[in-house]
Amino acid sequence: MVARASASGLAVFAPFMANAWLAGTLVAIVSGAVGLFVVVRQRAFAAHAIPNGAFAGAAGATLIGASPLLGLVVFAVASALGVAALGRRRDDVVTALALVTMLALGAALLAASGAYEPAIDALLFGELLGVSRAEVVALALLVVGTTVVLTVVFRPLLYSSLSEEIAAARGVAVRVLDATFLVLLAVSAALAVPVVGALLTFALTVGPPAAARMLVRRPGRALALAAVLSLACVWAGIASAYWSGWPIGFFVGVYAAVEYVAARAASSWRDTRARP
Amino acid sequence: MHWLVEPGFWSNPVVGTALVLGAVVAVVSGAVGVVVVVRGQSFAGHALTDVAMAGGAGASLVGAAPLVGFLLAGVLGGGSMEAAGTERVRDRDVATGVVLGAAAGLTALLLYFVSSSSSATGSTQSVLFGSVFTVSPSVVPLGVAVAAGTLAALFVVRRPLLLSSLNPELAAARGVRPRAIGLAFVVVLAASVALSALVIGAILSTALLVGPASAALRVARGLGGATLGAIAAGVAAVELGILASYDSFYWSSAHRSVPVSACVVGVILVEVALSALWSRARARRG
Repeated sequence: MVARASASGLAVFAPFMANAWLAGTLVAIVSGAVGLFVVVRQRAFAAHAIPNGAFAGAAGATLIGASPLLGLVVFAVASALGVAALGRRRDDVVTALALVTMLALGAALLAASGAYEPAIDALLFGELLGVSRAEVVALALLVVGTTVVLTVVFRPLLYSSLSEEIAAARGVAVRVLDATFLVLLAVSAALAVPVVGALLTFALTVGPPAAARMLVRRPGRALALAAVLSLACVWAGIASAYWSGWPIGFFVGVYAAVEYVAARAASSWRDTRARP
Repeated sequence: MHWLVEPGFWSNPVVGTALVLGAVVAVVSGAVGVVVVVRGQSFAGHALTDVAMAGGAGASLVGAAPLVGFLLAGVLGGGSMEAAGTERVRDRDVATGVVLGAAAGLTALLLYFVSSSSSATGSTQSVLFGSVFTVSPSVVPLGVAVAAGTLAALFVVRRPLLLSSLNPELAAARGVRPRAIGLAFVVVLAASVALSALVIGAILSTALLVGPASAALRVARGLGGATLGAIAAGVAAVELGILASYDSFYWSSAHRSVPVSACVVGVILVEVALSALWSRARARRG
């Protein structure tokens, strides 16, 4: 991170920060929206495993001279489909095995190609200040695509998340829907991870949506609140990272956890007041 | 035998340390892993490697022994996951994720301090991919002690633990307190994961915890048999993987060895696939 406390505090809005703000905002919206379904469907492990496993694809793509982004997308989608196909009953075991397989493959590809190691840190922790205009455009396209897909599958996805049996009985293609959701998760992770890092994406995917779900009951409002809380995390994170010079991943991780703990406290306080 | 074991394998001290520590870690991971798979806590088992990593980074910042940092962070993180998540089982997934996100952020900060206070790089890689070939022999006594303590603790709590995992109502009727038992197990899990993440890296830690146990649970009939099977499968995977990684240096024309983690995971995947075929064949016979 470049950031050093500047003479005028408002330099955080300087032109060279524009791409960081834009990228952070776009990733926050996608992560918040997709994350609500991660939380409702209890897929936090897959949300962690898919982006971490996908980096093997980046290593493999470098080895054969292809674009790392292509490798990320291909591997992320492949592991998502693998988890969807094999993980019907014991999905945490299948997710764990998929994760270690991808990581081990990544280690082998790294050893075979050599000279790629510094890029792992960038993939894990992200470089928000190094975001280019082209990456912002790619993220904007991702936001549009995710919004379209989520709008189409919103009701059946929610239905099958809340009661799989009833949804299946009503003719919802539960397995296809599950695979669609995991692929959506994989594509958004593969595009967001190189920009902001796997850690930050994951923290945004779980903390703010879980807090939102605890605070409001209606699905539409929970989706909106998840995006707002996630935005608050990212904006506060960028500002804190800029003024302190510390990594943004730290602030986003901690703020997401604080939002979750505060939401739990608020909801249990509300519960005790409701039953005097 | 030379076609199977390349020269110098048995006399190499680095390989000797790797074989011993790898076996110790595989025994603990197999025994703990069976309970992890039965309780559906693979995510927590994996997340604790990242949580322990924060402790490792903190320890290297203050100059303490890495194993102490790994253990402290693992036990603290596991305790907070359990404290946040047991009220409703379906919240456990989210609680684990939130602790993981916060711990990963903390790791980023501590690694940033470490890298700005010294020129040491690559600490992320060494934790993630940590190789048994780089472990110093001085870790062996402490590692064996932690492993023995973990196994002893698991042995003491095994009956109420399994009862509350398989039949919570019956356990409650017998006076078992599920939260206390859950907390005790997560401490055992954290110690086991911290040890293995330090010794063999995060990839292998998760692979050894989940892979052999899930294969053994498919094949064995009772939990005791599954535990013994998981230990045997885990030890076999580590030893064969180390051998394959060592040999691969001589096999490839470029003299580049395949990483140990990739070899061990390969053996584990074969074990899991064989166990799936076995249980399918048994189901067909009726």
